[in-house]
Amino acid sequence: MKAARIAPPSDDKRWRVVDATMRRHGYHAHALIETLHATQESFGFLDEDALRYIAATLGVALSHAYGVATFYRRFTLKPRGARHTCVVCTGTACHLKGAPALLDALHRRIDNDPTNPPVSIMAARCLASCGLAPAVVFDGKVVGNLTPDLTIERIEKWLSDES
Amino acid sequence: MNPEELHQLAEQHANTRTQIPHRIRVCAGTSCMGLHSDQLVSAVQRELKQHGHEKTCRVSGVGCMGLCSAGPLVAVDPDGILYQHVSETDISAIVASVGNAPLEQLRCPTDIPFFTHQKRVVLEHCGEIDPERIEDALAVGGYTALLKALTEMTPAEVITQVMRSGLRGRGGAGYPAGLKWTTVAKARNPRKFVICNGDEGDPGAFMDRGVMEGDPHRMIEAMAIAGYAIGANEGYFFVRGEYTTSVKRLRKAILQAERSGLLGANIFGTPFSFTLEVRIGAGAFVSGEETALIASIEGRRGTPNPRPPYPAEQGLWGCPTLINNVATLASIPPIINHGSEWYASMGTPNSKGTHVFALTGKVAHTGLIEVPLGTTLREVIFEIGGGIPNGHSFKAVQMGGPSGGCIPAEHLDTPIGYEDLQRIGAMIGSGGILVLDDTSSMVEVARFFMEFCMTESCGKCVPCRVGTVQMHNLLTRISTGAATTHDLALLESLCDLVQHTSLCGLGRSAPNPVLSTLRYFREEYEASLTSTPSNELIPLTARPPAPPTNGPNGKGA
Amino acid sequence: MPSSVRVKTLRIDDLDVAGDEQQTIFDVAIEHDIPIPTLCHLDGLGAVGACRMCLVEVTNANQTRLQPACATPIEEGMQIVTNSPRLQEYRRMILELLFAEGNHVCAVCVSNGHCELQGLAQSVGMTHVRFPYHYPQRSVDASHRRFVVDHNRCVLCTRCVRVCDEIEGAHTWDLMGASSQTQVVTDLNQPWAEAETCTGCGKCIHVCPTGALFEKGHSVAEMHKRRQFLPYLRAMREREL
Repeated sequence: MKAARIAPPSDDKRWRVVDATMRRHGYHAHALIETLHATQESFGFLDEDALRYIAATLGVALSHAYGVATFYRRFTLKPRGARHTCVVCTGTACHLKGAPALLDALHRRIDNDPTNPPVSIMAARCLASCGLAPAVVFDGKVVGNLTPDLTIERIEKWLSDES
Repeated sequence: MNPEELHQLAEQHANTRTQIPHRIRVCAGTSCMGLHSDQLVSAVQRELKQHGHEKTCRVSGVGCMGLCSAGPLVAVDPDGILYQHVSETDISAIVASVGNAPLEQLRCPTDIPFFTHQKRVVLEHCGEIDPERIEDALAVGGYTALLKALTEMTPAEVITQVMRSGLRGRGGAGYPAGLKWTTVAKARNPRKFVICNGDEGDPGAFMDRGVMEGDPHRMIEAMAIAGYAIGANEGYFFVRGEYTTSVKRLRKAILQAERSGLLGANIFGTPFSFTLEVRIGAGAFVSGEETALIASIEGRRGTPNPRPPYPAEQGLWGCPTLINNVATLASIPPIINHGSEWYASMGTPNSKGTHVFALTGKVAHTGLIEVPLGTTLREVIFEIGGGIPNGHSFKAVQMGGPSGGCIPAEHLDTPIGYEDLQRIGAMIGSGGILVLDDTSSMVEVARFFMEFCMTESCGKCVPCRVGTVQMHNLLTRISTGAATTHDLALLESLCDLVQHTSLCGLGRSAPNPVLSTLRYFREEYEASLTSTPSNELIPLTARPPAPPTNGPNGKGA
Repeated sequence: MPSSVRVKTLRIDDLDVAGDEQQTIFDVAIEHDIPIPTLCHLDGLGAVGACRMCLVEVTNANQTRLQPACATPIEEGMQIVTNSPRLQEYRRMILELLFAEGNHVCAVCVSNGHCELQGLAQSVGMTHVRFPYHYPQRSVDASHRRFVVDHNRCVLCTRCVRVCDEIEGAHTWDLMGASSQTQVVTDLNQPWAEAETCTGCGKCIHVCPTGALFEKGHSVAEMHKRRQFLPYLRAMREREL
């Protein structure tokens, strides 16, 4: 066990979750990914302070932590800007049943928006909901059997709810 | 827990089940959950309470019932009446019908080939039991195989049963499971590991998810049996990060098993101890490769390493490690319970037992199915799957996802088996069956999978990292009609290079979708070639399209 | 280390050879003056088997496979072919892919004439590149007082990552990203000058096979790399063990 631990970057309570994860794994270097998961979940992204703190506490090199954080798709280094997320499944079944058209429609609708897009549009690997193809996750909720019109309808609802 | 207690508990829970004559099962598989079946469960609860039926009827959210295209599905026991496309407004009528005549207008026939032609071994309890209750698992015989293995069999006998069953790895490669177990068992090291590979990442595959979500206790039981057989006391579930429900249910099941003494020290009063942990994948397809999976658990970048050394000799933290796919492990308890001969009696001489498939694409019934190996593709697509909808005709079936190949109509009578499919240039793969109709372009299918391999390449070895970008570029040129015969020749030599020189299975199998479509649909490639070779270079995108991402920044910063 | 060394016999090309079981195919081949081209491998660093240049045809128990010579331990009875027409073609294509992937302009490169990538291309007879160039937009970091990293010339062999971790013990370098977006980084992808873990030892410069890492003050074709320190350090460490 290492003698002295460095203090978290701030007194934000969410660091307790991160600390607890590292403690549970005995501050071993192999807890890196688990710790990054905990940080990503608590803060929504991994910033430089977080990576420095985790690397120092687990005794791994900074570049190693950075390499791992950028290798895996679930980790992001910047916060999400948009108020809503819209994840289009691009798995095989969805692709075949029209996911590209959904993405096109979404991009046409949102990219035309002049400033600060209110919806962040993402594409995901197979959501394993092929029975619903094509499927989209609107703010964490899976919706299936979509058409471009139905998809835009939902986006319009978000936009009108806000204004 | 001792053996008597297990039997008592099982009996007790089975009795409780019979005391309440009726049960409403609501499918809580991923697909039905996507259609808000969780709200149906609470609606049924409300309705039962309101009409005071709580003593005579209970409700369970269960794992995937299979027929995803008819979801959300609700079943009423004991008669097993199945309702399809159920919405919240139907619930009061369904609850009112319990014990009375079924609601014909909502009914989903269960005598159709989709249900009758299946043979459910791995999925036997999926859709039947509440995966979040250990009592349900015990009531249907959960952990009896573990009890049998620990109290009546030696580790060597367990391995012999697995060996004789003819079970082969369900992750794609089809390596004999018994042989793998033997290798790890023979390795001399006081510390060994069992890993369940639940990092299912093939687009269009959701078999493992169905099993982990629908019957998590079976997975725990299988892991413990594997640990006993090979001499490991620690195990890991490595689960794809997107599978939050699987992670939640496995964690819950592990806690329940620990509390009941089915995991931990001295299981069933024997000297055998076993602990389990769940590790969540962080979003890299290549992590499903064994050496990359180990790197991921060890907290490193999930890039594969050259073999030898094999994980069976030097795996997790340098210790001998057994890595098996979800469906492989889920086949173990029935093999121990019913014997290897029973299991080996299903299937073909070289491909024994049953296999779970995810049936998707242009087919009437999509969902999770399980059939004996040796079943023909025609039976699966036209009987179980109900054929091609909307008046279109069958063109090809893609099996094995980005590592697999396309099979044309002329080979529809091929029995599904490892060698049988290999002979015609396809593979079982992990179990995705994607049906394509006459509207699908085969070049586009190949391009789609190459794009997947290109963005999922870990970037370590040159042929895969650069070769997939070049092949994707060539396929894009072909599909936009800008390619020449020279480009096609280049594509074929790249396929050969990447197939034979890549470091891991992802790279080596990346050309498969191209090779198989070239084999059977070459005319589609040739038809889109231009006859006049132009010197004009189609600009190769300096960077490939941004990889699909679950975060706004993609893989890089 | 085992007290008794077990010897294995095998055949490389037309030569019957023997080696101890800890050796790789590459080690034994070199001992017998059988050349095998390598790029990511460097004597004294751990093997990764990433560049695939050293692939050889290995026949054992009637099965022939392509295996990286640098990372494959020898086994009794192996039959190895190091330079078949098929291997030559694969090596040439791999090099073409590397040239197409980066921005390799020999005429203006500090390593021109002393570059391993260039040398390999000459030795396998690579006269032209059949694949379209990617022309990636990559950066040059010249922030360090003495050193420069030019990502345009990087082939991702990871020699710098390994020497920094295994020999210097600083682990300043690592890889970031994945697929074709992979890149070497210092610390948290900061400018090299700001990477606090860098000791400025310069080992990475000298193990780099191309002109991706070089010392300031060198013009075209002036950068000579010196690697004698690696076998020396390894020998010293082995003696200590």
